[in-house]
Order: sequence, then structure tokens, then C-alpha cells
Amino acid sequence: MPLSSRHLLGLHNVPKEDINLILDTAKTFKEILERPIKKVPTLQGKTILNLFYENSTRTRISFELAQRRLSADVINFSVSTSSVSKGETFKDTIKNIEAMKIDMVVVRHAAAGTPYYLTQLCDANIINAGDGTHEHPTQALLDLYSIKEKIGSIEGIKVCIVGDVAHSRVALSNIFGLKTMGAEVSVCAPSTMIPKEIENLGVKVYYNIDDAIRDNDVLNVLRIQLERKAREYFPSIREYQQYYGITRQRLDRIGKDILILHPGPINRGVELSNEVADGPNQIILPQVTNGVAVRMAVLYLLGTKN
Amino acid sequence: MMKTILKNLILNNPDQKLNKKTNLIIEDGIITKIGAITSDDQKNAKVFEFNDAICAPGFFDMHVHLREPGREDEETVKTGANAAAAGGFTGIACMPNTDPTIDSAEVIRYIKEKANGHLVDVYPVAAATMSRKGETLAPMIELSEAGAIAFSDDGVAIKSAKILRTALEYSKMLNKTIIDHCEDETLAGGAMNESFNSTFLGLPGIPSVAEDLIVMRDIMMADYTKGKVHIAHISTKGAVELVRKGKENGINVTAEVAPHHFSLTDDSLKTYNTNYKMNPPLRTAEDVAAIIKGLVDGTIDCIASDHAPHAPEEKELEFEYAPNGILGLETQIGIAFTELYHKKHLTIEQLIEKFSINPRKILNIKVPKIEVGELANLTIFDPNEVWTVEVNKFKSISKNSPFDKKLLSGRAKAAINNKQIFIGDKFLSI
Repeated sequence: MPLSSRHLLGLHNVPKEDINLILDTAKTFKEILERPIKKVPTLQGKTILNLFYENSTRTRISFELAQRRLSADVINFSVSTSSVSKGETFKDTIKNIEAMKIDMVVVRHAAAGTPYYLTQLCDANIINAGDGTHEHPTQALLDLYSIKEKIGSIEGIKVCIVGDVAHSRVALSNIFGLKTMGAEVSVCAPSTMIPKEIENLGVKVYYNIDDAIRDNDVLNVLRIQLERKAREYFPSIREYQQYYGITRQRLDRIGKDILILHPGPINRGVELSNEVADGPNQIILPQVTNGVAVRMAVLYLLGTKN
Repeated sequence: MMKTILKNLILNNPDQKLNKKTNLIIEDGIITKIGAITSDDQKNAKVFEFNDAICAPGFFDMHVHLREPGREDEETVKTGANAAAAGGFTGIACMPNTDPTIDSAEVIRYIKEKANGHLVDVYPVAAATMSRKGETLAPMIELSEAGAIAFSDDGVAIKSAKILRTALEYSKMLNKTIIDHCEDETLAGGAMNESFNSTFLGLPGIPSVAEDLIVMRDIMMADYTKGKVHIAHISTKGAVELVRKGKENGINVTAEVAPHHFSLTDDSLKTYNTNYKMNPPLRTAEDVAAIIKGLVDGTIDCIASDHAPHAPEEKELEFEYAPNGILGLETQIGIAFTELYHKKHLTIEQLIEKFSINPRKILNIKVPKIEVGELANLTIFDPNEVWTVEVNKFKSISKNSPFDKKLLSGRAKAAINNKQIFIGDKFLSI
């Protein structure tokens, strides 16, 4: 059974069957990644463009590895080497790229909605690798995969997304994906990092991290942006670390070992203490491994759909 | 001598308490007869049949962006005036955010010269402060003498309470209005209304309180200085309530609304179509309901398009990077009649007040009379004509309208002014 859409723009409205199909397919690919020869010919002859208007080494490497494991031809385009700086419009850039007969485009962009706009400009399959503070569906899929791998099922578990939800692209995708799969979802952050009316998405809001830890099975801890602009939303790194940082002492005090995810890169000593980041209940590096398998699954399912 | 007969009109001017079915004769642009047409009258006359369309004093749009000087590829004084005539308007006020800014008498004279001889009267609004930067006052007396009809830093709010105070006090002695774009600059910069929809779409929001704060400041300052302040493109429930209260307290405040702010909400943004991007942004259904209530009870004095032409290459961008603004001149009668008259919020008379009488009163421009001896300055419209918007047929150079292909009820049949008529897609002398 194929996926219901030929693009992956986000996890909003992606049916449960599609998510299950991606996760099941990823499991197969993960097994392949354990073999001595990790390459399969599945996407041989397909040309995939990684269109990165925003710097994201990890996501790009993960996608590129997934593409090469599937034997696709890979082209990388990043904004610093493009003609955007020469004044070319996004539309013209895309039309030029399309004229070169690209089958799939993986796009990362600082402006929300750009992957959707891309679907109107060209015929290729579009995969959103993060758009502004909107969605980052493959990150949420790899989070789902990692939770499922660790706990066995997503149905009925309680997951809290901790941190700057308002300026995160991971949060919305996680909320949509987790809810579709039957999890209970909450968010926890200082009130300035909770976007307007997020309760309307059916998520509970915590302002107290201890309460969030007590009530949930999984914490998905987001990276805190340390740049000056993001810093307008909280008084200081010190205050954030003290009241929202996940530390061994905090977990011990509550007396609960909770599964911890983090999309990386971690600010050690800020949202996660060293001990927790390297501790027994985190699956941060398995998330990275699973990311390649999940992206292989998405690329394979979309690339062979047409 | 030119003689023109306009047959079977319903003359309607609430300012004259006029509402009757009759005919008009216009000679050399002047109304010479109102009443029955004799066979003698018809000699050497050009006759237009209107089949009981409504004839009102010419409509006036007090918030238009012509892009001349500076961006003549998007709109010129002439194409903007053509679009106004096609949309049923005989007068427009054009905003000063051109390049160079309208902050010198030379630019006023340049625009007036470009508009000279056109059917549509073009009244430049000058900047309140030099380059609209909010630092030093523009030379208001000189600008006024050159023809500035009002002052505004439109595009941004007048920067500080201090310079606003000075502008209101100085313009008061000229009996001119300060038109303000109300948006707190420290809360500005988003791409859409801040709401559940901005959360859902991941777009940075502009909160409604950014508008409310400046509306409140402006009303308080108008009270303190006894100057005249006009709130441009009102978009929030809070701002409507503030204006209502200000008027109740006898403060000299007036307000306009753009058609998109009473016909659309931020639900329209779900496809990231940049033709729905404007500032102030589309708000919520609650704001739309408050705006309609404000139109009904007179809190909002007039309807103005905020006509903002943009080139396709500017709008065909990622949503957050695209400029704000949409076209309005050629769709606003249709939208207003569809949303306000046919949905029974406003009467024909109220719409004529909001489109013709009130904007002129705010700007101290004489309201045209439909009387023998007066220059014919008229808008003739059919409130029931059903038509489909076709942006490709617009007179405007730009095409950035979200209303393309939309079915509307109510359309201008002709615009008459300055010895010309625009009818059947043509300008003719009368």
C-alpha cells in the first residue's frame, strides 16, 4: 500500500496508516544499515536535490546519507552558493532547477510555508526538512520511531515537549504525529515560549517542569536558542537552566526515570545537564541512527510512488 | 457644446436628502437639467440608458498607494487614476510612501501635474515627518499650499508621542487631518495576525494589541491637542471600541476600513498565498464582526481600499519575505455591496456616505451636489449586478488581488467628473 500523498510537507493530516507504513519501512532499512554492505539499489536513477536555504549540517548529512544508501544521485544546493544573493527570486531558482529534471527535492528554509509553495512551482516530490517555525516532519517521524523502538507502542503514552515550543519547527510536527498515533501530548516551557492558543491543538500546557516530569512517560527536550533575539523570551540562561533544565538531581528528587529525547544539537548544561545527556534513560544518539533509516523510508516510499 | 443625456437614473444623495428616479442632462460637464427629457433635449445629444442604476455623488477613496514617483513599474499616477475610474471613483487621496517621499512641495506638484486633466481628482497626502522617519516635522504649511490634503507617515505609525503631538498641534492651525497607520513598532514585524492560525502555520504574528495601543495613544493625543486624527485601515475589535469611546467623548477622531478587513479572516492564509498578506493583517471573525458593527453604528466613517500595487516578482516569494498589500480600487464597490448591502448590514444611503460623503468631510473637500449648475461629479452603480473579478482586465499595472475569479454583487456602471465619463471601458468627453 502506497502513501496517500506524493509529498511530505508536514505531519498535519497525515493518516495513521501512512505513519505506520513509514515506521515499518524504516525498520527494514534499519536492519540493512546493520549489514556490512549498507547500500541498496532502490532509488538508482533518481535524482534528489537537497535545497538548503538555511544551514543545517546534521539534517543535510542525515538526508544525504539516506539518499546515498538508496543509490540515488544527490545534488546539494545551499544558499551561500546560490544565485539568491545575486537577486534571483525563489521562483526563478526553482524553475531553473526543475529544468534540470530533478525527481525529488528535500527543502530546508527559514520561512514557513516554503515547501508548500514549492509544490506549486515544480513537479518533483517535495520533502520538508524544516520550514521556519512550522514543521519538520522527518524529525518527528524519527522521534516516533525511537519512542516506539524503546517503549514498544505509542498508543496511550504521555509525551511532553519541553522548551521553546513557540520558535520550534519540531514541536508542531511532534504534536501532530504523536496525537495521530494515539499519544497524549503536552508542552512545558515558560509562558513566553508557548505559542498562542496551542491548547486548541489538544495539548496540555505545563509551566512547571517537575509537574511535567511527574505526569509523563517521555520528555522531548528542545534546544534553547542562545542568540540574542531568542533571548528576549526569557531573563537569562541561568534562570532557564535552574527552572527548566533537566538535571540528575531534579530527576532524583522526583524519583522518576523518564525517557528523554533531544533533536540535537544539545546545549549541555542548559536544557540538559551532562549527566542526563549521557545518562541511561536518553536515546539521543539512537535518534540520530534512526533518523537515517526513517529518511530512507520516506525517500523510498515517495520516490517509488509515481 | 457637448450635451449628454443620462436616462433612467435613481439619484441618491443622502447629504441632499435626495432619492428620486429621473434623468440628467449634462452640458460641457455641468448638470443643466434634472427631469423629463423632451424631444428638443435629445437634439445633438449623446444618450446613455442606465435602466434605474443608482447615481450618487462621485465616490472618493482616501487611501490609495500610487507608486509614482519611484516604482512606476507597479503603478503610475495615470494607471492608478484609471483604475479608480474603472472602479467607480472620481477622487482619490494618495499616500506619501513613494520614492522620494511626498515631503516636499516639488513632489506634490509632480503628482498633481501627472494627474492634471484626468477624470479622477488626485489629492496627495504628504508625509507628517521628513522621509516618514518620525524625527523632524515635514514643512506642512508649504506642503499644504502646494496641495497636500492631509498628513501621514503611512506604512508606519508616527514614531513617537512627542512628534505626534507636534504634528497634531501644527496641522491643527491648517485645519488638516493626521492620518495614522496604527502599529506599535516594537510589536511589529510579523507576517500575519497573531492567533491560533499563526501558531498552526508557524508564521510570526502581529498581535492586535500592536494596533490598539497606537489607536489609544492617537485618540488621547487628539484630545489633548484638539487636533484631528484619522485612523487608517482599522482592523481590530479593540481599535473599533477605542474609536467608539473616543467619539462618545467628543474627541476629533475618525476611522476608515479596507474591504478585506470586513470580508476576510486569517483563515485565508492556510495556503500561504502572498495575495492575502497585508498590514494590518487579516484578523479573526470576531474582529470582522466588530468592524461591521462599527460600520453600522457610524464608529467607522468610511471605506477606503488601501490599494497597494506590487510587481509579481515581489509577491512571488516565500510568504514571510513578500511585501504587504493588495489591490483594492477595482474590487471595493463589489466587495462592499456583497458583504454589507446584500447581507443587510448597511443601506444604499449608508454606503454612499461611507464611499463619498464622509471621506470628503474628513479631508475638508466639498461634497459634490447633484443639482443644476453643479459640475457633474457622479458615480453610477448597479448594486445588484453580479460579475466575476478578472485581474487581467484591471486598469492597474499590478495584479496582486486575492479576489481574482471571485463572484461579486454590485458594480460601478460609470464615473463622471471633470467633463469626462468613464463608461464601457472607455473615457469619453461630455
